[in-house]
Amino acid sequence: MTHPLDLSVAEMAARVNDPGDDLTARTLVDEALRRIEVLDARVKAFLVVTPELAREQADAVDAKVAAGERAGPLAGVPLAVKDNLAVPGVPLTCGSKILGEYVPPTWATCVERAVAAGCCIVGKTNLDEFAMGSSTENSAFGPSRNPYDLERVPGGSSGGSAAAVASGMVPLAFGSDTGGSIRQPAALCGIVGIKPSYGRVSRNGLVAFASSLDQPGPFARSVDDAATLLKAMAGVDPLDATSYPFEHEVVDHGEAPASGEVLGDLRIGRVTEFGLQQEGADCAARDLVEATCTTLVEKGAEQHEIAMPVAAQGIPIYYLVAPAEASSNLARYDGVRYGHRTDDAGSLIEMYAKTRDEGFGAEVKRRILLGTFALSAGYADAYYKQAMASRAALRDAFRAAFETVDVIISATTPSPAFRLGEKVDDPLEMYLCDVLTVAANLSGVPAMSIPVGQDERGLPLGLQIWAPLGREDVMLAVAREMEQVAGCRYTPPALAAEVMS
Amino acid sequence: MSAPRLIVGMEVHLQLKTKTKCFSHSPVMYGAEANTLVDPVVMGLPGALPVLNKEAVRLAIRTGLALGCTIADVTKWDRKNYFYPDLPKGYQISQYDQPLCVDGRLEIDDDEGNPKLVRIRRAHLEEDTGKSTHDEGGTNSRVDLNRAGTPLLEIVSEPDIASSGEAVRYLDALREIVAYIGTSDGNMQEGNLRCEPNINLVFENGDRSPIVEVKNLNSVKAVELAIEYEIERQTKAYEEEGQTLANTPRSTRGWHDERLVTLHQRTKESEDDYRYFPEPDLPPVRIPDAVVEAERDALPELPRVRRVRYQAEYGLSAYDAGVLTQDPHISNWFEAAIGTAGDGRDPKVVTNWVTGELLRYLNEHKAAITEVGLEPEQLGELIDLEAAGTINRRTAKELFRDIVKAGGSPNQLVEERGLAQVSDRGAVETAAKAAIEAQPQAADDVRAGNMKAIGRLIGETMKQLGGRGDPKIVQQVLRDLLSG
Repeated sequence: MTHPLDLSVAEMAARVNDPGDDLTARTLVDEALRRIEVLDARVKAFLVVTPELAREQADAVDAKVAAGERAGPLAGVPLAVKDNLAVPGVPLTCGSKILGEYVPPTWATCVERAVAAGCCIVGKTNLDEFAMGSSTENSAFGPSRNPYDLERVPGGSSGGSAAAVASGMVPLAFGSDTGGSIRQPAALCGIVGIKPSYGRVSRNGLVAFASSLDQPGPFARSVDDAATLLKAMAGVDPLDATSYPFEHEVVDHGEAPASGEVLGDLRIGRVTEFGLQQEGADCAARDLVEATCTTLVEKGAEQHEIAMPVAAQGIPIYYLVAPAEASSNLARYDGVRYGHRTDDAGSLIEMYAKTRDEGFGAEVKRRILLGTFALSAGYADAYYKQAMASRAALRDAFRAAFETVDVIISATTPSPAFRLGEKVDDPLEMYLCDVLTVAANLSGVPAMSIPVGQDERGLPLGLQIWAPLGREDVMLAVAREMEQVAGCRYTPPALAAEVMS
Repeated sequence: MSAPRLIVGMEVHLQLKTKTKCFSHSPVMYGAEANTLVDPVVMGLPGALPVLNKEAVRLAIRTGLALGCTIADVTKWDRKNYFYPDLPKGYQISQYDQPLCVDGRLEIDDDEGNPKLVRIRRAHLEEDTGKSTHDEGGTNSRVDLNRAGTPLLEIVSEPDIASSGEAVRYLDALREIVAYIGTSDGNMQEGNLRCEPNINLVFENGDRSPIVEVKNLNSVKAVELAIEYEIERQTKAYEEEGQTLANTPRSTRGWHDERLVTLHQRTKESEDDYRYFPEPDLPPVRIPDAVVEAERDALPELPRVRRVRYQAEYGLSAYDAGVLTQDPHISNWFEAAIGTAGDGRDPKVVTNWVTGELLRYLNEHKAAITEVGLEPEQLGELIDLEAAGTINRRTAKELFRDIVKAGGSPNQLVEERGLAQVSDRGAVETAAKAAIEAQPQAADDVRAGNMKAIGRLIGETMKQLGGRGDPKIVQQVLRDLLSG
């Protein structure tokens, strides 16, 4: 029999909200905590588990329902939070040693909204240090594992959140996506992950990596579950001046168009530069995406090939803009006010240097150096400013493309999960994990990854749907269709069978 | 060899008088306990984001307009990156290539008293830093972030200032203007207004001395002394060591308030690299024309204009016009005391009262005009009572002193206390006769033609009348009695 924790989150919340149903938030939270207990020693998705907080929140939900109130569209649903989002009273590490014992005093807006919608936080998940990486191997606290093959990475940087959802420990998790950090691990873990339109979700309380690219977003086992969480977390926030009131709101399950209405006159764009035609690309990803698009065309969709030469520049643009912003955003970790401070310094300059040398890992240092260089006098014109100009061109190219198509479809990653340690010594190889995802961040458009199948080794692959700025409604409608008619569904890994009854 | 020509460009940091900080909700206040005016944004906590305080932009626009600046249609924010313990985020939110205000001017007097325009290159909005203090002789430093995030307008002049006197008048003019338009307290002691002059000299043969920026100037007097000191020091360095702009880098020197010298702080070998880039956390700001026009319309008459008007309209001396317009509250008070044109109060009489009694009282009591009990209309009443002959000058001054302390209406007090002066001829005659009786020698002297002696008789008569005699009538009656 299906455990209630394996229902859709809408069903879970409906039952918790129903005073006549004996399912409680406490039951769901206890089950999530039990699964973490059973599995996480192997998966290592969590940096910290917060049973007391989760039970306190669950009891508050149950008390509300007992008092005859509704406890929200996510009542009692256990939630894992990437450890670069602030939860007051719970240590915030960003996967780094530099934050030391830092405990934030305030909520990240998106997490606070999820809790207001009824979510119960069971813990903080692992990530590449300051969200810089594609495997969680850059975490100062060791890597997380891919639930489909524990010798492989879950992707990153939000790898802990993706692994927690894919292994069945929690139905929902928060990640953040700066260049693919939600979509790539979602693809590698065979689940749904959404990078919202820039400005859709408040960044307040999200520790900044690259401010003009960062967006928090949901992980879930189905499109509807992800949409429900996205709807709860989205919206303008007076604490984030870059949050934006988009005309079209996120549409969750209850308001979604009926199956079959969407594909009839859907125009799908296929960007040539995202076609994985280059040498060395994994055939499985390409073939699975092709097969899915063929199915859509059979159901009535039109397919258009779009040439977008500037899209091929995504990685170089990204690896100038993101480190430039990061070099500035990470300057505050200086040992003066909070976090780690070296105990061995004779001068201010030495205190800064040693604190930062001891506190930051190699990849973070590499990007700070890269970004500092890209912004330096004499180089900024050739690097940062050039990158910003190309970024504007990329944004224009997407705007133009969406004049002729409703959505763009591509693979999420060129290849499935790689082995732990396989790319860790080759940063450039690691950077190429983002080749199909960074353009969404650079242009601001929403994009999401849904499971598209598995390769012959049973490793999941992702299909990516891109939509115009502010059109998550269109993106989610198409994703739902593909889940229904093209079998783009989460398939639990063998590991999950140990806990899913 | 004639004296070298001085060139000074002024950088002024002006704290704008907002209730809350430039990018967060913490209050702006001077003198609070250390690190109490802070919040996650001010502290630079991870994940905290700046949100613009629109009032700061409005005050900056108003100041820019008062300085004759053009206000940008679109302005944006940039990060100025550097490490220092009182800079919590490791960058300052500032404006680099699209400042809010450009191309203004400030009119001052040159050393001959002729009007002179100092051009304003730009004025941009930025956030203030915290304050570091270093324990005397110890190894500890302390950081107070109360000031961090306070909105600052950095006003950069062209190097148009040609003497220490002009520098002083530039700062005084700026302080007056911001006081008139209410955008800053402009208090150098409290650091509301901080200035860093860039100073160098042009010698007769065309050589220039290296540019020196002077910091740590806490008063206008210090600015004056520091410039004078630099003129001497730079002349000597040129004459004795041959230091010129061409062979010596720019440097920063600090003013030492006790030793009255500038001391070398650091050499600027090249431009500091602050790695400016657009602040991604704040969208650019579009400034609607309507906002600029509304601010322009709301600008009050500025002090220099007012000074000219006082001379033309009220016939005041340049000195009195200057004294009256230094403080907008005094100036407005003065105008209210004159009343509307129909009241017919003599501006010169009002001027004497304000620059004499009132300012003396305020100085003695270190009080602000807004704190005293005397309303301008009441001074008007007092002046009217005296002009009508109802009270004499002495009574008027007495009443002034009482009302300034405790308030009250002059008309009412005159009635209550029976202070109206005695101008009834019969009553004055009775008193005068008594005075002549009491001072026979003085009366004889007057009769003998020594008119100076009449003073003693006037005094005696006034005494008989309780000080309330109308001086003109008293004198007239005495003359009549003694000549008859």
